Order: sequence, then C-alpha cells, then structure tokens
Amino acid sequence: MTISLENLESRQVDPTKALLEVDRLVMRYHIKAGDVSAVEDVSFTVHQGEAVGLVGESGCGKTSIALSLLRLLPSNAEYVSGEIRLNGEDLLWLSPEEMRTRRWKDIAMVFQGAMNSWNPVYRVGDQIRETLDTHYRGVMNYAQQREHMEKLFSSVGLPPAMLDRYPHEYSGGMRQRAVIAMALACSPQLIIADEPTTALDVIVQDQILKELKRIQAEMGMSIIYISHDIAVIAEVTDSLGVMYAGKLVEYGPTSAVFSRPRHPYAYLLLRSTPSITGPRRQLAPLEGEPPDLLDPPTGCRFHPRCPFATEQCVTAEPPLEDIGGGHRVACWHHTEVPELEGALQR
Amino acid sequence: MTVTDTTVASRPARNDGQPLLEIRDLEMKFPISRGMFRAATEFVHAVDGISFDIAAGESLGLVGESGCGKSTTGRLLVKLMEPTGGSINFRDGDYQRDVAKIRGSEVKEFRSRVQMIFQDPYESMNPRRTIFDTVSEPMAVQKVGSIPEREKRVLELLRLVGLTPPQNFLFRYPHELSGGQRQRIAVARALVMNPSFVVADEPTSMLDVSIRISIMELMTTLARDLGVSYLYITHDLAVARYMCERIAVMYLGKIVEIGPTEEILSNPKHPYTKALLSAVPVPDPSIRRTPVEIKGGISKAINPPPECRFIERCPFAAEVCRTNPHPPLELEGDRHYVSCYRVDEIARELGQAG
Repeated sequence: MTISLENLESRQVDPTKALLEVDRLVMRYHIKAGDVSAVEDVSFTVHQGEAVGLVGESGCGKTSIALSLLRLLPSNAEYVSGEIRLNGEDLLWLSPEEMRTRRWKDIAMVFQGAMNSWNPVYRVGDQIRETLDTHYRGVMNYAQQREHMEKLFSSVGLPPAMLDRYPHEYSGGMRQRAVIAMALACSPQLIIADEPTTALDVIVQDQILKELKRIQAEMGMSIIYISHDIAVIAEVTDSLGVMYAGKLVEYGPTSAVFSRPRHPYAYLLLRSTPSITGPRRQLAPLEGEPPDLLDPPTGCRFHPRCPFATEQCVTAEPPLEDIGGGHRVACWHHTEVPELEGALQR
Repeated sequence: MTVTDTTVASRPARNDGQPLLEIRDLEMKFPISRGMFRAATEFVHAVDGISFDIAAGESLGLVGESGCGKSTTGRLLVKLMEPTGGSINFRDGDYQRDVAKIRGSEVKEFRSRVQMIFQDPYESMNPRRTIFDTVSEPMAVQKVGSIPEREKRVLELLRLVGLTPPQNFLFRYPHELSGGQRQRIAVARALVMNPSFVVADEPTSMLDVSIRISIMELMTTLARDLGVSYLYITHDLAVARYMCERIAVMYLGKIVEIGPTEEILSNPKHPYTKALLSAVPVPDPSIRRTPVEIKGGISKAINPPPECRFIERCPFAAEVCRTNPHPPLELEGDRHYVSCYRVDEIARELGQAG
C-alpha cells in the first residue's frame, strides 16, 4: 500500500460518477414501547466532489442516516432493507472488521458538538495519531506521522504547535477545526458533517464553513452536511434533501429546491426561516407537532399537518417522483404548492 | 394587586412617556482568584459600564457572540446578580427603585414585576412538579391568591399561551410535553404575575424552526396585548429582527452600537456589527454575501486595556483608536448610536472601495 502525503493534495473528480448510493434504506430502532421507524425508504446519491445537504427537524432521521452510513448505530437499531453502496460495494454486508478499515479512511465524520469529540486526558495530536496508527500501521513512522499532522493542522488554519495541547486548551472554534483535521487525516473520499457548526458563534461558523468548502474543493472530496439550519445548508451544498419523520420528502439541486420547493413541508420549512436580508416578510408557522414514529401516520406522513391533505394522502403513500432536472418530490399535490404562496399572504 | 387583571393595555401610558428602565454605567466584574489568601488582582469585565434605556412596552434585542456579557446583563436587570457598579432605575407607574441598590424584602417586591425565560425548557423546570405547580410558583412565592384563585389564573395563562384545553395540562409533568409545549409553559410562568418586564435569554434557540416561529409569534402577541417590555438576548440576528424594535450589539462587555432594528441591519456603522452581519448565512442560495474580514477570535475580557475593546480585531484601527479610551456611544442617525471614533472615515473608505 502506498500512502503518500500527496494524497492530501487532490484527487481526480468525475462529477458524473456516483460515490455513495443510498438505496431504499429502511432502518428501525427497537425500544420497549415498540419499533421506531426512523429511516423509511430513503434513496439518494452523492457524486464525486459533491456537497449534499440533509435538512429537517429533530427526530426526522437525519442523524440516523449519518450513523447508518458509518454503521455506528446503537445495538437496538436494525437495518430492515436497502443498500448503502460506496463505490459500488454494499457497506451493510461488510464484517465489522472490514467496516472498521473503511471508517476514517473512506468515510470520515465530523460530529455534532466539538466539545465532546475529544478525550480530555490525551493530547489532541496523540488522538489523531491513533487514527493514523490504525490505518497506516507500518507505513508511516513517528516522524512522518508528525509531519502529516502538522500539515493537516496548517490546512485547517491551526498552528502546528497546538498538536501538543490538550482539548481544554482549545477554544470552541479551534476544537472544531481540530475535528476537521482529524476527519481529513486519512484523506477520505466522503466526509459526513453532522451539525458541524451548531455550537459556534456566527463569525467562527462562517470561517469554518469557508475552510471546509475550500478543502473539499482542493481535495476533491464529497461532503454530506446534516443540519437543522437551512441558511447554512443553502450556502454550502450543491444538492439538498428535506426529511420529514424518517422520509425523504424532497430532493434536488439546492438552487431548485430553494427557488421552487414543491413539497408543502419543504415549502413551509423554507418560508419559516427568518433572514436578515431581503424584505421582512411574514413567517409561516407550521401548525401541530411532528408525528410519533412508534405509530407513524398512514399514507403521507405529513398529512395531519398539511394544508393540502386529501383523502388520497391519508390512504396512499406518495412516491418520490422526478419533476425534472433531478428534482424529486414525494407529494400527491406538488403541482398545487405554488398556490400556497397566495394563500399565505395574510 | 388583583391577579386576574390581564387588561393592562394602558400600561405604557402609566409611565407618562418615561422609560421603564434607565441603565447607567452598569458594571459587573468577576474576580479571578489566584490563591486562597490573596486578594484578586485580575477581573473579568463581563459588563463594563453600559448605559441604555428600555421604554415601557418596548422589546430590545441584545445580540453578540458568546462571552460578550449579554446574559450577565440580563441577569443583572432582574437582580439575579449584584452589579459591582452603576445604577438600574426601574419605573413602573408609581413604583420606582434603583434596582442596583435594593436589598431583602424590596428585592422580593421587585421580583413580582419582572420575570425571566430561559433557553433550555428541559432544564428550567423541576421534573417532579406538575405544570400547575410550575406555573403558579411565582404566586406562591409572592403569597398571592388562594389555591382556587391560583388555579383559575393558571388556566387562564395556559389558554393564553395556546395550550388547550388547559385542564388537560394542569396536572401533567414536564417530561410529558414536547420542547415547544414546555417553552409555552415557561412563557406562562413568566407572565403569571403580570410583570412589566421580562428578560428572555435565547428562548427559542433550542427549538426547531417551525416551533420557533410559533413561540416567537406568541411572545410578540403577548407583549403587545399585555404591554410587557422584553430584553431579548440572542445570538441570532435573524430572530432578533422579528422580535425587537431596537437592537443593541455587545462586544466584550461594551455596547458598541444600538438603534432601531431595520436601521442596524441595513446600515450598520460599527466595524464589529458589519462583520457580525456579514457572517450570518442567508437562506437563499442565489445570494452571495460580501464578507467583512476581521482578525482572530473573540479576546478575553480580563483586565482589558482602556482603549477600544475591538482594536485588536479591527481592520480600520488607527492612531486615534490607540491613544484614546474606549469610544463613547455617539448619535449617528435616527436613534442610532455608535461607539467608534472612525465612523465617518470607515464609511468613506468602504464607499471608495465599493
């Protein structure tokens, strides 16, 4: 195996080639009260060099998808059906041993809350070294590891001397940069960033998102951003999926989904996000509460809260249909959603 | 006091155009201990001599990054902390006190007129107490009303915050409710004593977008109907835009800019405000923001030097900033105050560049 530091530099990217294909994934959690249908029939594709965003509210299944991709789900979770293919290979059929060699090396993750991603009693450098030891045993010696880590730190804008410091000596923003450095350590093809900037102040958030974007472009990586913050997703992604109650309800190029949201939930979600620019328009509140996934609603899972719901929505589940240009929507009434605009102008 | 009088629409008029709160040179310094028997020589200047007014019925937004002193300010205003300096003149009709000076039973009396809403609805409620206990607690503390009267008032409040039918919520526990419902309970608890001033510290930042909007709407409607003034502490400028008539921007214990919300957002004058606004992501992929670069991260407020607090990060810092103390807030437009020596020069420089 040849691992060179040049790996950090760049990878040939073919944006038409699929890197990760999630195909009809169904995942449940078994709890005392029954089965929670957390991910229900979700399909999407991440191409080489693409940034994909998943948005939705708490409990919609976005983090469950992230953990599924890495096979880091808790023991009460069960993959019911579907495939997760990385470069054509189904990750769900790998043994735990084989899967371990893929983590960090093929798929890395930037977790929510940088605070808790580090072990407080080890130096940050030693924790990154652990990853390198696992994946590059006998390939890099101690000095090479150090050189590699210093390079990583510079690339995320941290002084290399910080490698010898403990996590508590870092500020929140620096810790999140270090988490990104660790994710880059084995130059993965795909990074999953779950709420990468949620706990940070806006100015730091802005710096880190810019950094991630630059590194992604330079290294030819793909990224899946998972966030509840629609404004962040709008800025950093090429494609966008909107999730509701374990289902992907709308998916497509970010600009298309933002300018023409066709699922009523996606529409209301985008219209209920306050912004500091543009006219101060009326925000549309979404009535009701997200459903109980122990007993999800029949038909379309959004029907109890949907202003368009008809008999059909209660009885039959809408398929995720392509409405042109890779923009897919799961709604029986997606052609009527533009009319919602008028109805909401109170 | 009659506890069931919710028709106080005339409350702002009661103050005869006088502000509800006049804060002058408010200061809060926390000592950093360097040993058991040594007096502290270093202080965190969490709030460092700030002055502003809040009108009766007005909502003022206090924004800034973590560690800028906005939460400390909020706590000082409701007397959850003793300030180390300055005055807080609170005027509610005939009641008038310097909150910084009151002690003992006067504090209790003052607290019947102010309330606080916290960020985390999961942490701010006792899990062993029913909704009735939680909401009626301020009445119990102030010894207001009999049990049936309190129950009547709690039912009225629950209906007001949109938890219907209220009877169904009275004897439930916090864990049975969702985050949005809990925050409604927190709003009900804050309003049960009919306060004239409420400090809300990030009340919606833990909530999902769709629920956030309904809580924001609830708070604004109730403020309007009940004549309550809010100090709305948030890091989210977009939320502040929808909640507040005026915004004050804090940086390291100082207010650097204060003015009407739309004016601050469309015409920021302090370099820090400009940087802060330019870093807020926009929920529209077709808009590209123009970045205002500032250096480094937020500094620490330990024994800060007398010059402008923002000097280290300011791309416009010049001689005048280094040789003078922290600039005072100066009027730079309609009710728009800025604390910067170089407002005009910066406007000119940026005008030329653009």
